[in-house]
Amino acid sequence: MTAKPGVDAGPPHTATVVARTQESPSIFTLQVRFDDAATQAAYRFAPGQFNMLYLFGVGEVPVSIMSDPGDRSGIGHTIRALGRVTQGLAALQSGDKVGLRGPFGRGWPLQEIGGNDIVLVTGGLGCAPVVSVIHYILKRRERYGKLVIIQGVKHTEDLIWREQYDRWARLPDTQVLVAASEGAALWPWHVGRVTELFGLAQFNPACASAMMCGPEGMMRAAADSLLQRGLPESRLFLSMERNMQCAVGRCGHCQLGGSFVCRNGPVFSWGQVKSLLAHRGF
Amino acid sequence: MFTQPEQTGFLPLVQLSALVSRLMTLGYQCLGPTVENGAIVMRELSKPDGLPRGLQAEQAPGHYRLRRDPHNRYFAWANGPQAIKPQTFAPTESLWRVARDDAGALKFTAVLPSSPAQAIIGVRACDLAALALQDAHFLREGRHDAHYAHRREKMFLVAVQCAEPGATCFCASTGDGPTPTVGYDISLAELEAGFVAVAGSAKGQAVLDLLNLSPATPQQIEAAQQQGQDAAASQTRSLPVRNLRDVLMSQLEHPRWDEVATRCLACGNCTAVCPTCFCHAEMDVPSLDGQTSEHERKWDSCFGESHGHLHGTNVRPDIRSRYRQWLTHKLATWHDQFGRSGCVGCGRCIAWCPVGIDLTEEVAALTANKVQA
Repeated sequence: MTAKPGVDAGPPHTATVVARTQESPSIFTLQVRFDDAATQAAYRFAPGQFNMLYLFGVGEVPVSIMSDPGDRSGIGHTIRALGRVTQGLAALQSGDKVGLRGPFGRGWPLQEIGGNDIVLVTGGLGCAPVVSVIHYILKRRERYGKLVIIQGVKHTEDLIWREQYDRWARLPDTQVLVAASEGAALWPWHVGRVTELFGLAQFNPACASAMMCGPEGMMRAAADSLLQRGLPESRLFLSMERNMQCAVGRCGHCQLGGSFVCRNGPVFSWGQVKSLLAHRGF
Repeated sequence: MFTQPEQTGFLPLVQLSALVSRLMTLGYQCLGPTVENGAIVMRELSKPDGLPRGLQAEQAPGHYRLRRDPHNRYFAWANGPQAIKPQTFAPTESLWRVARDDAGALKFTAVLPSSPAQAIIGVRACDLAALALQDAHFLREGRHDAHYAHRREKMFLVAVQCAEPGATCFCASTGDGPTPTVGYDISLAELEAGFVAVAGSAKGQAVLDLLNLSPATPQQIEAAQQQGQDAAASQTRSLPVRNLRDVLMSQLEHPRWDEVATRCLACGNCTAVCPTCFCHAEMDVPSLDGQTSEHERKWDSCFGESHGHLHGTNVRPDIRSRYRQWLTHKLATWHDQFGRSGCVGCGRCIAWCPVGIDLTEEVAALTANKVQA
């Protein structure tokens, strides 16, 4: 909730892929820089915001920014190859050109929740917006209390950045709880629903904040559990996803009730969206 | 309007073409009612005296027919399938284009429309209310949509009071008609011998001044006022209250949504004819030689399969949730976004629905015993 919402309706700026990492068979990360040095130097974002990445002749997709706002070397986007644009983006290599505009929307309230214990809940592959928060907090560890990372995946191979979770689990005041619905050999974490892990999370509800991203059913279950443990609704935040085509609150696809997710979100407080999340189809 | 005699002129019937002629002389491309495929649409007028006369639009759920007006008036037709939305928010247009050279470098260029200043003759009160809502969306403070603004800023609007609302009209209950009150440059009320004319802007007044109209008589002004009141009283459809936000949002699991979904074809006609719907898709149209690509926007509908698409799934996979999305956005959450309902009572969604789904009937079913008018 720090950076002002973007109003860059296009056309995009030219940008270059400076690094590409394959994270899993279908997930990859593109590190991108604006070609214009002044644009790159002026670019600022808050964790939780997103960019529109454009692939020549195919179109644009919204992608949340997963790199650290202090990292001036490039802007990181972790993407799952799924649709026409993302499958095309998956084929890009270092040096290839894309279009880029952003950042858009409202990020996580990382200033407001300073000093709190932090509970991060992610499910499935929607982890990039939350992983950016983990990196952000670990780099500024003294500003926050305990850190609880809860991640649920369906299959064990869906957990990308697996070695990071191992590393985080060894850090002081940091608890990592991972669950896969379907287990596999050498899987060190819980097998079962991620909701079964909420009870193990160690935090002080009186001075904690939680941030969630992932399937809505999982977020509803997580919210129930966290609120039941005494976390106030005003300190429970989630990142919403909807179809986005313009990113500036015009095209109408991302509407969630009266909110435009691209402009009023993607990060919302639980109270803002809970009534609609109770109904399928919004 | 039509209340201050000193500012109200009278334009004899034969002088209507003089008004159009003046606007043409001022350089406006003039659009006016034209019969096309059995319906009234707004098209460019090639000459000042070409306006159709003596037509009424008979409307009912799923029904629109032109018929003769026994009084041979110019503006006895209530409305046609489109308001003035296509003139400001183009159904399809290019937003920007990109060229790729042999080395793979991309060059982006903004594309701006080059449309002329338009004067539209025969705009209804509901159309003006809808235009104000489109303005609120596309010209939001600090977020001007350049394409919309380009056409909107140059527009000259000649409004007409509705004397003969269609059976599908309910603008009186939404508070948007049938007499135009704001948003026009010139407003006309058609009487037997001519038009009571009033300006709503400085540029409208300048045009009226050029016509040297004699002042309207108190009797003519009173007749225009009475005509508006009679037109309002003749409307048979209505919404129960102006703000349905809380009551509709409390009925999200009402069985009526399932019932209407068995009739709704999800064709999107209602959203295409709605003067306030603003959803649009953005898409790339690459050239055949692969060197350039146009990034276009095109009207979209929340009834379509792709509207709720979300990486491999669909937020609204069924017609029930799409109809509910449309109706609750239009009548409920629109209040959160724009401070009023998104419905201006034009009734187009009723007339142009191929199966005759009636928004007012659906609202009545969804809110039965929940609101007091």
